[in-house]
Parts: sequence; C-alpha cells; structure tokens
Amino acid sequence: MSTAVAAVLLVALATYAVFGGADFGAGFWDLIAGGPERGAAPRGLIERSIGPVWEANHVWLIFIFVVTWSAFPTTYQSITLTMFVPLTIAALGIVLRGASFAFRKSVVTVRVRRVFGGAFALSSVLVPFCFGAIAGGIASGRVPAGGVAGDPVGSWLNPTSLVTGGLAVVLAAYLAAVYLVWDARRAGDTALAGYFRRRAVVSAVVAAIVAVIGFVVLSASAPYVFGRLTSWALPPVVLSVLAGFGALVLLVRDAARGARVLAVVAVACIIFSWGVAQWPYLLPESLTVSAAAAPTGTLIALLVAVGGAVLIVLPGFVLLYVLDQRRLLPEEGVEDPADRAGDTEPG
Amino acid sequence: MIVGETLTGLATMAAVNPVPWARSQMAFTLGFHIILVPLGVSWAFMVLIANYRALRKDDRAALVLAQRWSKYMAITFAVGAVTGTVLSFEFGLLWPRFMGIWGEAFGIPFAFEGLFFFTEAIFVAIYIFGWRRLKPWTHFWTGVPIALAGVFGSVSVVAANAWMNAPSGFTANAQGEIIDVDPLAVIFNDAMPLQAAHMVVAAYLVGGFLIASVYAVGMLRGRVDRYHKLGFTIPFTVAAVATPIQIGVGDTLARWVYDNQPVKFAAIELVPTTSSDVPETLLGHLNEDGTVTGGIPIPGMASWLSDPGTGRSTVIQGLDSVPADTRPTVLEANVVHLAWDVMVGLGSLLLLLAVWYGAVWLFRRRMPAGKWFLRVAACSGVLAVVTMEAGWVLTEVGRQPWIVYNLMKVEAAATGNTGVWITFIAVIVLYLALGVTTIMVLRSMSRRFRRAGGFLDMETPYGPAEKPEPAKAAESEP
Repeated sequence: MSTAVAAVLLVALATYAVFGGADFGAGFWDLIAGGPERGAAPRGLIERSIGPVWEANHVWLIFIFVVTWSAFPTTYQSITLTMFVPLTIAALGIVLRGASFAFRKSVVTVRVRRVFGGAFALSSVLVPFCFGAIAGGIASGRVPAGGVAGDPVGSWLNPTSLVTGGLAVVLAAYLAAVYLVWDARRAGDTALAGYFRRRAVVSAVVAAIVAVIGFVVLSASAPYVFGRLTSWALPPVVLSVLAGFGALVLLVRDAARGARVLAVVAVACIIFSWGVAQWPYLLPESLTVSAAAAPTGTLIALLVAVGGAVLIVLPGFVLLYVLDQRRLLPEEGVEDPADRAGDTEPG
Repeated sequence: MIVGETLTGLATMAAVNPVPWARSQMAFTLGFHIILVPLGVSWAFMVLIANYRALRKDDRAALVLAQRWSKYMAITFAVGAVTGTVLSFEFGLLWPRFMGIWGEAFGIPFAFEGLFFFTEAIFVAIYIFGWRRLKPWTHFWTGVPIALAGVFGSVSVVAANAWMNAPSGFTANAQGEIIDVDPLAVIFNDAMPLQAAHMVVAAYLVGGFLIASVYAVGMLRGRVDRYHKLGFTIPFTVAAVATPIQIGVGDTLARWVYDNQPVKFAAIELVPTTSSDVPETLLGHLNEDGTVTGGIPIPGMASWLSDPGTGRSTVIQGLDSVPADTRPTVLEANVVHLAWDVMVGLGSLLLLLAVWYGAVWLFRRRMPAGKWFLRVAACSGVLAVVTMEAGWVLTEVGRQPWIVYNLMKVEAAATGNTGVWITFIAVIVLYLALGVTTIMVLRSMSRRFRRAGGFLDMETPYGPAEKPEPAKAAESEP
C-alpha cells in the first residue's frame, strides 16, 4: 500500500514538473525578454499561454504537500525542519508570482505592468531553484529521518543542491520554450515561433550540460542514488536521454508538436529516475518508504482521494487543456469597452 | 574575525523563542486568507445568478454584471489560491511536530480539499476564459462546479480544523504514536457538521454583504441604474437569506461547545468558577484574581441560553475547573469573550438589516428606499468581515493552550527554528503589500469599467464565435 502511495507521489511530482514547471519556465523567458517594447511580443504570448492554466497546474504542488504530510508525516516534519529556508523562500515566491501575474493582466499602464512583471518573472526563477535544491538535498541524504532538523544551510546550499536547483530552472525554461513554440505556431506567429525555437534549442543543450555535471556531482555526493541511477534506474535515464535528444532533433527540424511530447517525456523521466533511484528509500539510506508510511487507514483514504481525482479532476483537467488548445479560452471575460478606452491613470 | 563576530551576533539576535512568532504568523496569514474565502466560495454562486438571469430574461445589465464579476473573481481567486498555498507550507514550517505526529489523521481532510480545490481552479479558468467562445448555456454550466467545489472544499478544510477541536478516528500506542487511523471518523468528527455549516453559511453571508456594500456605495454616489441595483440586490438577498440561518447554526454550535468544550465555553461566557444562574455579561473583563468587572450583566441569561430546558439553574463549568496550564490564560479568555461579544453583536445588527430588507421586499416588492438603508448597507461588508474574524478568533483562541484539544499543546507543536520572527516580518510586509495592491487593482478595474460608460454601448454579448485571431501577440502592451 505504501508503494502505491509513493508511486502516486512520484506521478504528482512529475506532473507538477511538466505542467507547473513550464509555467515557472515561462516566467524565466519573461524575465529575460528585454525592455517593454522588445519583450512585448513574447510576454504577450506567455501571458496568454499560462493565463488559463497556471492555477490548476499549481494545485499539483498542494497535492504533493498533502500526500507527504498525510502518508509520511515524520518525513514531512524532517523536511520542513531542515529545509526551512528554501521552503520559506518558495512560499513567499509563490505568493509574489501568482499575485503579480494576476495583477499584471488587470492593469493597463506600462509602468505598473513592469513592476508586477518583474516580481512575477523573478520569483518564477527563485521557486524552481528552491524546489530543485530541496530535491538535491533529499537525494544526497542531507535530510535526517525521525522528524529532526538537519543542517539548516548546508542541506540546500551544497554542490548537489546547486546543480539540481539549477537543473530545475533550466528544465522549466526548456519545457516552457518548447510549449511556447507550439503556442506561437498555433497563433500563426512564425517569427515568435522561431524566437522560442532558438531558446528551446539553447536551453536543451544547457540542460544536457547541467545534467552531465549533475551526474558527476552525484557520483561524489550521493553515491547511493548515483549507483542506482546507473543500474536499476537506468531505463528511465536512458529514455530521458533518448527523448531529450529526439526532441532536440525535432526542434531543429521545426516539428514543434512532436518535440513537445518528447520534451515532456524527457523531463518526466528525470523525475521518475530520481524516484526509482531512491527506491526503497524515502530518505536515502536512512528511511524506507514502508517504514515511513502512515497507518493503513490513512493510505486508503489517500488512494480513495486519488481515485476521486481520477474520476472528477482528470476529466476537468483534460477539458481545460482541450478547450485551451482549441483556443476556446481566448481571453478573460468578453471584450469590454473599458479595455479599449485608453487608460492613463496609474493603477 | 569581525565577520565571525557579526555572524555570531546575528545568530544570537535571531535566536528568539519561535512559539509566539509562529502563532502570530499563523494567525495573521489565516486571518488574511479567511477574508478571501467567502469570495472564493460564494461569489461564483452570485455570478451564476446574474448569468442565469441574463440568459433567461435576456437581461443585458445582468450579463455585464456577471462578466465583470467574473473578472474581479479572477483576481480574488488568484490571491486566495496563493495565500492558501502559504498555509499549506506553514503547517510544516511552523508546526512540524504537530504534523509529524498528527499529520496522518489531521492531513486526511486536505486530500479531499485538494480534490475540490483542483475542480474549482479548473472550472474557474474555463468559466472566466470561456465567455467569448463557449455556447452561452454550456458556458453557464461550466460555472456550476465552481460553486459546488467551493462549498465542499471549505467543508473539507473546516473538517480538519474541527478535528483539532474534537480529535477522533485514531488509535495510539503506549508511546503516543498513532498506529491506526479511521479516515471517516477523522473527517466526520464530532465538531465537523456544525463548524462546517457555520463556515459555509458565513461564506455566503460575508460574500453577500461584502459585494453588496460596494454597490451600495456606488448608489450613494448617485449611480442608481439597473446595473448597480442588480449588483446590490443579488448579493444582498443571498446575505439576507444566509443571516438568520447563520444565527440558528451559530446558536446550535455554541451549545455544542457548551457540551464538548466546556473550558472554551467558560471563556466565552467569562465564567471563572463553576456555577448556575450565570449572567450573560456584555463586554466586561476577567481579572487575574478570578473576578469579573465592568460590562453589563444580564442575570441568568448565559445559563438560560446554554440549556433553555433547565433555564437559569443550568450549571456552567468554570475556567478554574481545570488546572491553569490546561485552560486559556486570563488575557486569552478576555480575547475570546470580546470576540464573542463582537460576533454576536454585529451578527444581530446584520440580522436587523436583513429583516429590514426582507420586510420591505415582502410588503412593498422593492428594496428599501432612502439613504439610511444604503448607508448601513455600505458598512455591512466590513462589519460582516469583522464578525467572521471575531468568530475565527473565538474558536482558535478559545482552544488554547491546545493545538489538538486535550492531547497536544501549541508549544509542543511549534518549530524549534529560532528564525521565525524574520519570516513573520517578511510575511507581514508581503501580505500588507498584497492586500493594498489587491484593493488598488480591483478599484482601478472598477474605475476603468465605469469610465467605459456603463453597459449600454456594449457590443453583442455572447456574440457569434469569432474566428481564431492570428498573431495578436503584441496587443497586450498598450
């Protein structure tokens, strides 16, 4: 039973990475899109792409929290005690990001938009870095078992965490760029598609380099996970490499649709390989999943909730994405005369 | 050397007892989030009423209202979503020992809350972004899950809070570790039905008064058109219906507290020692020596209300019936009592307002005319929020010193992390900025809508589906 819940957790992590991650990545491209005029086109596309979906994508994170604290409470305790700083930064970053994104859409003056845009973009980079760093800290055994605090700084400011944090930022940016190529293509904007295609290719190469560095660092700092990545967890690693490479080829050949699928596979497989490599440990070499698990009643309740999610949430989620992909969710509300009237008032 | 000393100095300065800071931060972030909850839970319902009216009666004012409300709702929903997320971080960051021991029981309702929140987020997006290109009735129906998910979501969250008041559904071994959990008994704990009902009705009550008060202000400023009247009557009617229900639910809940959390009840009624014929003291306060001074006592009223069956001879358990370290402090008891007075006082005021409105509707078939009704109605939003906050303070402070009633104290639950005071300051600054900005953005939207000149010059609402617009990427920057 605990295995099933751990699998659910891993799937939720991978889903958050490919959906929520891309929203963060879009914020990264927003950040470096240049001044208000030069960056207007990419920012507009980013806004329309993630506008309808970011809140739903964000709920995966809450789901991850809920599963962790219910199914593995003492581990949750250890993680929150040890990772107090990056979790706090991530929480504040999420507030800043979500709120400023929502506000930015609703104000019209350029100056105010820039302030919110900056807050949105900056925190979009900070949050995935923190999550990646936490994952690196866990993988390299820096979170102790038993609901106690580990090193409050070294647990997330160490070579492994820096690399995994950096990898999270790069992967998010990569996914976002790949999705945005497709979105620009559907909007019929060839120039913008080319713009994001170049960025997707560059970020793919950077991601590959960071991943290789990550392997080297892991071999020294997280021997258990590294050993497993090169043996038992090798299939997802290989699949990730193949998919990533395939996506790169398709990107270069400008086949945005296929590239998108392969990019998702590549990133999801990285998360899966991390989970599989840690198995059977929740906290490598100190706490196994089965030892960390809550009583059966709790696990059953969680699986029932997951079943409910499959029945209720999944169709809704698919509907949202289908409508969005068919461009049936073009913009908020209807065209209001208010939006056409030139607005000069500072918000 | 100097760097080392500075670091040590900073570390010592930072080493502050985390418990009061953790409590303050949790109280502040919850108190902030709870203002957004009514909007998240009940606004969608009111939007749907306007939307339904627009479609059934081809009412353009109602349609514009529904569309603009949904745009505002996008903002308040986003702010509610992120401030709610912060709370889920805080459970672990501030109360790790609580989550470590009780997470396997306390955490369960949140799995279902996640389910409903997910549904809500999905359909909010579809509804808000779907105005232009979904068919009118299809679009209407995509809004219905939002209202339902809002209700069930808040029931789930309150189930977790109710569990802290009436912990059940688990078996612990001799070491105090939980070895068995009965999820249904956790979710449907003793306090859950009444507490959840009280919160859901509060969401409709507060949401209604809050939104209506904005249009009351508009009408006071002379904008008395159909658009404003609808914007007032829809939410105000919802609130006016919710208010008497809420008072009934609240009264039943108070009696549940009398039966099940007698010490909290003693704080509510300011009862130092167990006695019968207890007066209902309006205001007043408890002193360290156990006497009550000030206020207006209504003889025997508290006893009578606790159990009308036995009337004034009903015995109410006093604060001193349990050891001092297992009951609220004198200060906390005074806070609880004041919160009770505020909640009941303002709640009664809102009831009078609802009765006024209802009576005029009943006999004259219109809303009350005259400035004075609008003036009071314009205040009702803020008053309703204060009432709800008071209720929240009451239930939380009244449970002190326990985080899990009679099982775990707040002090034992808190993080040992001594830097919480820093995060507290950061959170205050961020949230104040967030609150101010939210109001500014909502106001600027409203000004923009108004400058556009009402709704009469609107293009065909629900117009024929446009063709996909090509390459309008640059349009968003004016």
